[in-house]
Amino acid sequence: MSKPNSPKEGDIALPDALDTPPEFQDADLCSASDSDSPVGKIDVKTEPQTDPPEPASPAEIEVKKEEGGDLDNIFKDEEEDFFGDDDDDADLLASEVGAVSIVAGSGPSDPQVMLAFYQRLFPFRPFFQWLNHSPVPCHDFGHREFAFTLQSSAYLRYQSFPTMELLRKEIVRLNPSRFEIGPVYSANPRDRKTLRKNAFRPLSKELVFDIDLTDYDEVRTCCDKANICNLCWNFITVAIKVMNAALRDDFGFKHVLWVYSGRRGAHAWVCDKRARSLDDAKRRAIANYLEVVKGGGQAGKKVNIWRPLHPHISRSLNLLRDRFESDILRDQDPWSDNEKAEKLLQLLPDKTLNDALRKKWDNHPNRPSISKWADVYGVAGTGVSKELDSTRLKESREEVVLEYMYPRLDAEVSKHLNHLLKSPFCVHPQTGRVCVPIDERDLEAFDPMTVPTVVGLLGEIDAWDKVHKREGKVDDYEKTSLKPYVDYFKTFVNGLLQDEAAVKREREGNSGNSMEF
Amino acid sequence: MFRQEPVKRPRAIDSKKHWAGVDIEQLFYPHRLNFYNTPPTMEITLDEFEQWAIDRLRILGEIESCLYRNMTPKELSVAMKDPLKNFLPLGANTAVGGSKPQDGRANKRQEERRKDHYSHYILRLAFARSEDLRKRFLATETVLFKLRYNSDDDKERREFIEGLGFDWEYLSFEEKAAMREDLLAGTGTKSNDADAVFEATFFKVDWERVYDLVDQRKVLLRGGKAYVPESQQPSLVIAEFTARLEKALEAYLTISIQLTARALPRLDEDDRLIPILNHLSRGFTAPEYNTGTIATTLNGASLTAAVIDDLVQYFPMCMRQLHTTLRRDKHLLHNGRLQYTLFLKGVGLSVDEALTFWRKAFSRIDDDEFQKKYRYNVRHSFGLEGTRRNYKPMSCQQILTERRPAANQVHGCPYREVAIDNLVVGLGTMGISDRDVIRHVREDVEAKKYHVACSRVFEHTHAKELKREKEASGGSGRLTENIIHPNEYFIRSFGLKNPGSVEATTSAAAPAAVASGVSGQSMELD
Repeated sequence: MSKPNSPKEGDIALPDALDTPPEFQDADLCSASDSDSPVGKIDVKTEPQTDPPEPASPAEIEVKKEEGGDLDNIFKDEEEDFFGDDDDDADLLASEVGAVSIVAGSGPSDPQVMLAFYQRLFPFRPFFQWLNHSPVPCHDFGHREFAFTLQSSAYLRYQSFPTMELLRKEIVRLNPSRFEIGPVYSANPRDRKTLRKNAFRPLSKELVFDIDLTDYDEVRTCCDKANICNLCWNFITVAIKVMNAALRDDFGFKHVLWVYSGRRGAHAWVCDKRARSLDDAKRRAIANYLEVVKGGGQAGKKVNIWRPLHPHISRSLNLLRDRFESDILRDQDPWSDNEKAEKLLQLLPDKTLNDALRKKWDNHPNRPSISKWADVYGVAGTGVSKELDSTRLKESREEVVLEYMYPRLDAEVSKHLNHLLKSPFCVHPQTGRVCVPIDERDLEAFDPMTVPTVVGLLGEIDAWDKVHKREGKVDDYEKTSLKPYVDYFKTFVNGLLQDEAAVKREREGNSGNSMEF
Repeated sequence: MFRQEPVKRPRAIDSKKHWAGVDIEQLFYPHRLNFYNTPPTMEITLDEFEQWAIDRLRILGEIESCLYRNMTPKELSVAMKDPLKNFLPLGANTAVGGSKPQDGRANKRQEERRKDHYSHYILRLAFARSEDLRKRFLATETVLFKLRYNSDDDKERREFIEGLGFDWEYLSFEEKAAMREDLLAGTGTKSNDADAVFEATFFKVDWERVYDLVDQRKVLLRGGKAYVPESQQPSLVIAEFTARLEKALEAYLTISIQLTARALPRLDEDDRLIPILNHLSRGFTAPEYNTGTIATTLNGASLTAAVIDDLVQYFPMCMRQLHTTLRRDKHLLHNGRLQYTLFLKGVGLSVDEALTFWRKAFSRIDDDEFQKKYRYNVRHSFGLEGTRRNYKPMSCQQILTERRPAANQVHGCPYREVAIDNLVVGLGTMGISDRDVIRHVREDVEAKKYHVACSRVFEHTHAKELKREKEASGGSGRLTENIIHPNEYFIRSFGLKNPGSVEATTSAAAPAAVASGVSGQSMELD
């Protein structure tokens, strides 16, 4: 019985490898690996990490050809690392089941498991409606790019399908380990080689956001790298709240779908028509509007904001402050170690005050963060520093809250119309967890550790079938714990379709008027 | 049964339709500024056609190079003053002297405006042909418009804006009062200016129309609308200018798709214009670093992976930082690898040596993993994989603006990305402890003049050599350095520290002049 969490060589060999299929070779420099992974990670786990490339669109490539100059726009979705823990559960479940013709011990990397998942569980119908925005197949779906990562790790870009049924057939035939969604193009992506480059360009795509817990490594103490727990998931929960408030109240978007990325992060898909048709400059504007924590590893203070606080910042701050004490001070306890407390002091404005604090803490080793946080005001109140600017101190405390809790976006993902993003309801190849939508009406209830795994789900189907022998026709997903997620997705899609239909009616009404002479 | 089908001929755009609604007559230009909504219709000579276009191209090229140097708007307007006066002057109605229509000055103004109008449209034709050219045309034209808009007389500006007839929604007094705090906070107004700002009128527009304000988080957003104070009106006008021009350029695109063989409508009979337009569009090549010329520098000896460590002393800070990190961690993340590989390629490392260099540098991984994960990338950078493009070393502009580093990443421009205190430490490792220099660097960095900071460091670390060079050339040597490319920094540094070793490379190393380079095209390997 092979250990499921030691993937076979073939699973890892990525398009970087030498015998790259021609399809991939168009993908430009983007076969980059490990772009965002922290240094030295290779040593942490024995498995090499995988990194499917996310190549630039042809439009970008064409431009570059002509210019011969820059290497810009190398889009990669960052692939996540191995998530060791829960493969054991998967293992266990699989061995208990065995009936959906799955060999005991198989995991999500087993092609048979994935095939059964696509055949029986993947919600193709709502998925189609989601991208098509209307009941009748149209260009929104037909000209949409899909990109498949095959079990062999080959990467197929520019796939497109006129109808849901054709997409389903192809997915079942190719049985990809995951697939991604790109933009809707001005022509069918399959015809791109026969078209002039001007005639083939991306027109629309959902506005997407990617939040990943690895970006929180410097502020979370509970886990690092690919590992997550419920404590660090709180970062994501609060990030979703802040983002939702901005996207809805400020930008007026209505249809925001949050999806668990399968391991340690979440993706947002803003599906409003207005969001879908944004060009790159406007996407960049939104990303910059939302980005508050900036700078690389050596940047020092990462939050630099203008006063008075912009309404978006003050609202976010209010949302964050509620959770700061419990999520950061208590759960993360980031400054209990005096050495680590230096990071807090770095963010405070007054040297004399810092010295006083340092002295106090040296006398109380391992004083918990919550007390240290209170000390900042406590010690300041005793008047140790004559030059202390109390407004500045208050502002610094606000900045600390933002630095620790404000959503850390992978902004590049949002800035480009033609960035590909992993589809909802894919299965994360390493964790086996399904990338399910997160019900934002009950955000706190979402627990990444209990998200169904593909092997578990197949087991649930069997268990259900055993109990309910031939009871009418019930969809397979309804027999499983995937049901609430699919139902939520359907509700979301319905809401989107209704608005979409309204927009269309309006547009037709308008054009009708203009036809009158 | 043999009914004859009417012969179908492919039809060019019907010229009557094309010009429908346009009065074929001399346009009168009441305003100095122009949104270029109406195409010109009068005949001009071929000479005028070419000369006007070249003059405007000079201006746009100049603007672009200012942008590359990361100039502030103020510096830009100073730098552009003379070129504008010489090549594309544009007088105001209220300029010195009377303004009777018969007046010679008024005529001259009309002439200037006509030239501005025509040259804009000629360049539209020339630059509509590729996505990239369109983008750059759009960007530089917007800057040009902004320059003129800001230098315009208040009264004339107001008349111009009224003439445009925007549909801006004004905020009622009640609405304004109810949102006071948010409106002020949205614009970032300090409390002592609050009343003054609040006096002003506020507009309510779709946020997309002022996305630059959204980008900087300088405007209040509610439900998809942006609440813009009157003081930000320029931003609205300029955004409108850009939006309209962009749309117009896109229209060219659609036409060019319909007539696949010919990129331009209405020019099909006139083959005198096509060569001019082609030439113009080629003249607008970005300043680029020409790698081809320097591969065999450094005493003619070919470079090996082993000598890189000895060369680091000549590297600019961004590359030193990458090198140090690589040596320390035995690894570099993707963007860092890319920036560094291309730089080394520019220094003259061959692909085989580059592979050796990276293989040795990543000492913690085995051959197999290297082959799988990194070899392709390195080869790709040298144009040997994938699309086989011969990538150029990144310029400062690219390094500064593209792919800013996230946590754990060390690529990019250290003057921009590294916190000032850490930067000072970094300067220390380059042997800079002079207080004055550090203070100046701090100031430069604060003023966001990263290239100036880098040039300053260069000047300081090469002070002796620069002086010698200047003396040797009888005082005519370069007075100030202006580093806009890491490889230029290297070549200059190496050349200064090893006199005589890099003959003639300083000139080759300078970026191709704006109007002369066609290197963009010629570098392509296929």
